[in-house]
Amino acid sequence: MDDNVAEPLARAPRWRAFWYTFRHNRGALAGLAIVVVLVLLAVFADVVSPHPPNEQYREATLQPPAWAAGGSARFLLGTDPVGRDILSRLIHGTRLSLAIGFISVALSLSLGIVLGLVAGYCRGVVDTVIMRVMDVMLALPSLLLAIAVVAILGPGLINAMFAIAIVLLPHYVRLTRASVIAEAGRDYVTASRLAGAGPVRLMFDTILPNCTAPLIVQATLGFSNAILDAAALGFLGLGAQPPTPEWGAMLADALEFIQSAPWVVTFPGLAILVTVLAFNLMGDGLRDALDPRLARS
Amino acid sequence: MLRFLLRRAALIVPTFIGVTLVAFALIHFIPGDPVENISGERGMDAARRARLLHEFGLDRPLPVQYLNYVGQVLHGDLGTSLTTHEPVLREFATLFPATVELAFFALLFALAVGLPAGALAAVKRNTAADYVVMGAALTGYSMPIFWWALLLILFFSVQLGWTPVSGRIAVQYDVAATTGFMLVDTLKAGDWAAFRSALSHLVLPALVLGTIPLAVIARITRSAMLEVLREDYIRAARSRGLGTVRVVVVHALRNALIPIVTVIGLQVGLLLSGAILTETIFSWPGIGNWLIHGVQARDYPVVQGGVLLIATIVITVNLIVDVLYGVINPRIRHG
Repeated sequence: MDDNVAEPLARAPRWRAFWYTFRHNRGALAGLAIVVVLVLLAVFADVVSPHPPNEQYREATLQPPAWAAGGSARFLLGTDPVGRDILSRLIHGTRLSLAIGFISVALSLSLGIVLGLVAGYCRGVVDTVIMRVMDVMLALPSLLLAIAVVAILGPGLINAMFAIAIVLLPHYVRLTRASVIAEAGRDYVTASRLAGAGPVRLMFDTILPNCTAPLIVQATLGFSNAILDAAALGFLGLGAQPPTPEWGAMLADALEFIQSAPWVVTFPGLAILVTVLAFNLMGDGLRDALDPRLARS
Repeated sequence: MLRFLLRRAALIVPTFIGVTLVAFALIHFIPGDPVENISGERGMDAARRARLLHEFGLDRPLPVQYLNYVGQVLHGDLGTSLTTHEPVLREFATLFPATVELAFFALLFALAVGLPAGALAAVKRNTAADYVVMGAALTGYSMPIFWWALLLILFFSVQLGWTPVSGRIAVQYDVAATTGFMLVDTLKAGDWAAFRSALSHLVLPALVLGTIPLAVIARITRSAMLEVLREDYIRAARSRGLGTVRVVVVHALRNALIPIVTVIGLQVGLLLSGAILTETIFSWPGIGNWLIHGVQARDYPVVQGGVLLIATIVITVNLIVDVLYGVINPRIRHG
C-alpha cells in the first residue's frame, strides 16, 4: 500500500483500470447513460416539460397517450383525472426522486462513515454500543422502520427522507467499520501513527480514503433503495403528499382509474422501475470495477 | 454445541431490549399524549387531565414508565387498539396466519423458479440464457412491487378474469378458522370449491410478494454455483463420466445450498416489508394491512405492538438461521 507515497503516479493507471472494466460492462454503461439523462431531466425540468406540473386542463381530463385512440400530441403520455399532463409531472417527479435519493444517501452516508470510523477505530465499549444499536435497526424490516419513523415525525416528503436515511444507516456503519478494522492494522497506518498523527487525522485522512470503494458501491445501491422506499411511502400516503408530482404518490392518486385509464398508473410505475434499474445496473458495474474481490466473475 | 447455542441466544437479549426501547419511544415521541387524544378538540380541564395522566402512569419518570411497559410486554399485554378496542396481541395472533400463509407460498414460488434459474445461468455462463436470467433477476430486484401488483391485477384479473382482485376467499364460503391458514382450513372442512377459491385468491399476491426474493435467490444461486463449479470435486465427477445434469444437481447444487439457505433465512425481513405493500393492494387480511390501517388511523398501540412483534419475529428467525448455519458448518460454531 505505497499508494499514499506515489499518489500522482498511481492515480492515473488506477482510474484507467477502473474505466476499462466499467466500459466493458454493457449493463453498467446503459445504467450510467440512463442516470445521466435522468439528472439532465431533473435539472432542466422547467425547460423540457411541455406543461407546468400542476396545471389542470379541465377540458382534457383522462386523455389517453398520444398513440392511443383519442390521444393528442398536446399531451404525449396523456393526462390524469384532473387534467394534468402526465409527462410533465413525471419529469418533475425525476427531480424529486433524485433529490430524495441524494439527500437521504448523503445524510446516511456521512453519519454512517463517522459512526463506522469511530466504532472500528476505538473498538471496545463504543464499538459494542454503536453496533448493538445498528443491530436493532437491522432487526426491523426496512419499510416497517421507515413507517415507524414516519409515524413519529408525521407524513411528508422531508420526513420520508429522514426515515430512509435512518433505514440505510446501519449498512454504511457496518461497511465502514469492517473496512476500518481491516485497514487499521496495516503498516501505513502504524507508520502514520508513529509519525505523530492524531486519532482524527488517522481516521479521516489516513484510513478513510482506503475504504471508499465499497462505500461508493453501497451508496449507489442506496440510491435505488431510497427511491424505491420513497415511492412505496408515497404510495401508502405516508411520503410526499398530493399535489406533489412524486411517482409513488401519483400512482396512489390515480388508483381508482386503473381500469378506465391504465396509463395514469402505468407510466409512474415504469419511471420508478427504470430509475431504480439504472442505479442497480450502475452499482453492479461499479462493484465489479472497483472491488475485484466481489466481482461476479 | 450447547455453549455456541447459549452464546448466540444471549446476543439477542440486547437487541430485544433495543427493540422495546424503539417501540416505547414510538409512543413518546409522537406529538400529543393519549390523554390529549381522549379529550379531542374540545380540550379538558387541568384537574381531570392530571388525574388521567396519573391513572395511565404518564406522570412518572420515563425510566419507570419504560420498566412498566417492559413488564406489560413480558406479561403479553401490548395494549388495546384505539379503533377496535381489542387487545393488540389477540388481533395480531388472528391476522398473523394470513401473512404466514402468503409469505410461505411467496417463498415457495421464489425457490421453485429462482433455484433452477440461477443454476441454469451459472451452468450456461455468458450465454444468452445467462443474460436473460440475470437481466430478469435485476429487473425483478428493482421492481416497485406495488406497481407490479397493479399490472398483474390489470392483466390476470381484469383482462383475463382468471383470478379475483382482493381478499382471501370468495364471500359465499364460510369456513371455520381452526388453524387460520385458509388452505388448511378449507381442506379440513373438505370443501373443494372453497379450497379452489382460496387458492385462486392466493396466486397473485404470492407471485407479487415472491418477486424480489426470487430475484435475490436467482442471483445468489448463480454466484454460489459458479464458486462450486470451479472446485476439484466437480472436475473429478465430470472426469468420471457423469452426465451434466447429475453433476449439476447432485454434486454442485447440493454444495451450493449452504450460502443459499442463509440468504433464504435473511429474506424474512424482506418478505415482511413486501407483505405490507402486497397486503395493502390485495386487501389481504394480514398484519401488513393491519399495520398500515393502524398508521393511517393513528392507532398507536397497534403500531407500537406491531413493530415490536414483527421485530421479535425477525430476530428469532435470524437466530434460528444462525444456529442452523452453525450446525451445518462447524467452522462458524467454533469461530
